Amino acid sequence: MEQVRLSIDGVDVVTTSDRTILEAAREAGIRIPSLCYDRRMEPYGACRICIVEVEGARGLLPSCATRVTDGMVVRTNTEELRRIRRTIIELLLSDHPKDCMTCESAGNCELQDLAYEYGVKDTRFAGEQHHYEVLADNPLIERDYDKCVLCGRCIRICREVQGVGVYDFVNRGFEAVPGTPYNRPLTETPCEFCGQCVSTCPTGAIISIPSKGKGRPWQVKKVRTTCPYCGCGCQIDLHVRDGEIVEVSSPVMVGPGQGNLCVKGRYGYAFVHHPERLTTPLLRKDGELVPVTWEEALGAIANRIHKVLDEKGPDGMAFLSSARCTNEENYLLQKLARAVVGTNNVDHCARL
Amino acid sequence: MTNSIDDLEKAECILVIGSNTTEGHPIVGLRIKRAVMKNDCKLIVAEPRHIRLCYYADQWIRHRPGTDVALLNGMMNVILSEGLADEEFIRERTEGFEEFRKVVEQYPPERVAKICGVDAEDIRRAARTFAGAERAAIVYAMGITQHTTGVDNVLSLANLALLTGNLGKEGAGVNPLRGQNNVQGACDMGALPNVFTGYRPVSDPQVRETFEKAWRVDYLPGNPGLTVVEMMDAVLRGEVKMLYIMGENPLLSDPDIKHLKEALEKVDFLVVQDIFLTETARYADVVLPAASFAEKEGTFTNTDRRVQRVRKAVEPPGDAKEDSWIIAQLAARLGYDMGDVTAAKVMEEIASLTPSYAGISYQRLEELGELRWPCPSPDHPGTPILHVDKFTRGKGKFSPVDYKPPAEEPDEEYPLVLTTGRLLVHYHTGTMTRRIKPLNELVPENRVWINPEDAEKLGVIAGQEVAVESRRGAIKVKARITEKVPPGVVFIPFHFGESPANALTNPALDPVAKIPELKVAAVRIVTGPDMERMSFVSSD
Repeated sequence: MEQVRLSIDGVDVVTTSDRTILEAAREAGIRIPSLCYDRRMEPYGACRICIVEVEGARGLLPSCATRVTDGMVVRTNTEELRRIRRTIIELLLSDHPKDCMTCESAGNCELQDLAYEYGVKDTRFAGEQHHYEVLADNPLIERDYDKCVLCGRCIRICREVQGVGVYDFVNRGFEAVPGTPYNRPLTETPCEFCGQCVSTCPTGAIISIPSKGKGRPWQVKKVRTTCPYCGCGCQIDLHVRDGEIVEVSSPVMVGPGQGNLCVKGRYGYAFVHHPERLTTPLLRKDGELVPVTWEEALGAIANRIHKVLDEKGPDGMAFLSSARCTNEENYLLQKLARAVVGTNNVDHCARL
Repeated sequence: MTNSIDDLEKAECILVIGSNTTEGHPIVGLRIKRAVMKNDCKLIVAEPRHIRLCYYADQWIRHRPGTDVALLNGMMNVILSEGLADEEFIRERTEGFEEFRKVVEQYPPERVAKICGVDAEDIRRAARTFAGAERAAIVYAMGITQHTTGVDNVLSLANLALLTGNLGKEGAGVNPLRGQNNVQGACDMGALPNVFTGYRPVSDPQVRETFEKAWRVDYLPGNPGLTVVEMMDAVLRGEVKMLYIMGENPLLSDPDIKHLKEALEKVDFLVVQDIFLTETARYADVVLPAASFAEKEGTFTNTDRRVQRVRKAVEPPGDAKEDSWIIAQLAARLGYDMGDVTAAKVMEEIASLTPSYAGISYQRLEELGELRWPCPSPDHPGTPILHVDKFTRGKGKFSPVDYKPPAEEPDEEYPLVLTTGRLLVHYHTGTMTRRIKPLNELVPENRVWINPEDAEKLGVIAGQEVAVESRRGAIKVKARITEKVPPGVVFIPFHFGESPANALTNPALDPVAKIPELKVAAVRIVTGPDMERMSFVSSD
């Protein structure tokens, strides 16, 4: 790996030889549009949106799949490039439903963003259009291939990142589309419902069923936190609208998962708003647990602790702390046991 | 983990033992798969069940449940006899090698093959692959620890890493996968009966003095307390009168549910602080409604010692409160002022009392996103790899470990081995995931996995409801006939309260770690009219 120096749109960029033009440009704050690119996977070079001009090169080069070399002179946004990109977008839109109004991915759609940026309102290429059946063959992931741009991201992420390979292109030419073996429902494939395909799909072709209609990107507030399930510690963004978590995503290349989650991390949030959540302290009276105030509940516990301390001493009490609670709460609970009550009878389910 | 999750992709060889990684720790599983697919890492899976990682493995060793020490001693025997050990590492960084060698010499592969039910040649091959790699990592989970020989199993893995010089460098290490979001943190914070924060022993008078001063109390007890399974026994003996349980559901997670029910019924006063009325909370005298992870600030420490932020996104429902508020309120009623218990403030106190967390603060976490302990000072970058130049105790210690069979082996009366574990879509006692409709739709009910050979002998067909019975109780559950379990072994996940696997498991403990043997119990399967006379345990 050597240091290389190149010029991108007249900006002097210093980087290393393992970088592609696209990576080097993005690191330098120069945005090259793309569609089939996702940092979690190997470059694919299918969509040709990220083409650039390189001085001395024959033809235009896909910047996602071209490594930088020393002395390279790159232009990313010439009139010629913009004209070609516009044509590609028009071709994509020629077989794409114009239902952005109700599409789940509006505001989070790379094709919509491209059409917007390049001012493509309509297409010159009126022709045949696909009308596939919407596939909701499982409770989590819905596929609408009318919106597929054949970037292969779902196929590649399932194979390259998840190592499962549920999808591949089926049919050829105009009929080519990602599919499962023998078009079986996802529940009958090795699918792990991680939703990595949802996270990478640039359009609304693959979406999460539980968050359908629950909020546009600009209507939700994203809160970065740590997944509450296993010990991997994946970083997640809770999408919150009007006090309700409506979706979970993971920031790309951040934390242990680097933007990838499992089925629990991505779809295991609804318990937070479950109607069976405890909402008030309960105290057993005449054999029944009945709602009481915090004052009464805490008073009853404190009285009882005093009684146990009098009769049995501190070791007549035992505390179970929690591998589900935060560090700070665990710290406070062992402090309560040791400093306030005076016992080392404190443990949690580390062994279970 | 001695090393980091990211490090796994740098390994040339990974030994996964006692971990169904892609279901229990899917994102670590993903990194292991990537190491194989992208970097040609050689994966060795040692596991009685056929797990998904077997598809990616260079070699799958299907040893009998509870024979891990024998298997590892056999591998190390081969490494020694074929001269594959890292002699320089052993000479410079370890001690106790000679005593260790004497024990391992008694485990030639042919002897081990008989104990483990595997081929001697497979043991040789695994040993050569592991020792032949420049960087070899060991990954394990509860399949190693939940045995009466749990400590011996872990020591054997440490021996293997020491023998091959696979500690203190990239792409190597001994890497336990912690099963819960903050089980590492709860341990770090001293939610254990024998240590304060940072694993400093309560028996050390100097350590106690430090905490007495900081906490403004005259006296802290120096006798180690009771572990969770011991607590329940102490309740039954009348020694413990009151239990205070925060965010745990021992009724489903602990071995021998009947025994646990007796304890929860007997205890004079039970307080449960949780987000749902769990199976355990139904026995409580007081139930306190707590805030969930999305409703509070704080930190979790993950399996590779990474301290990361938890942030409040929504308000808790109704009158539910943060656990920290509840604890401080209770302390106040007992005459102790905990002061400001906002998360950032508590972390300041933790850092001031815990050398390994001394450099961790909310301000730094905000800037960096994560810090791995030990992080001894505010300018320390954190420690992705442990034991780089020396071990905590100086030299790495070889521990001579002999194979001991599980506490309960199959016999004529209970001829099958039961092993328990997790499924991908559900989590622990199911309190959260079983309440999530789409997840519960994917896996709505429990199954006992039975090998086709056993199923044929028993006359059991797929989907048939059978009884599984151990010396401690019986449950009713439908059968899944699959070669994923070997003949003689059945598997039941423990997420399901209506057919709780832990009604059957053995509460026998490891003598040191006090961990119960949840991975091996002797059971039998009962079918047809014989089921009618039986009584079944459920969590209700």
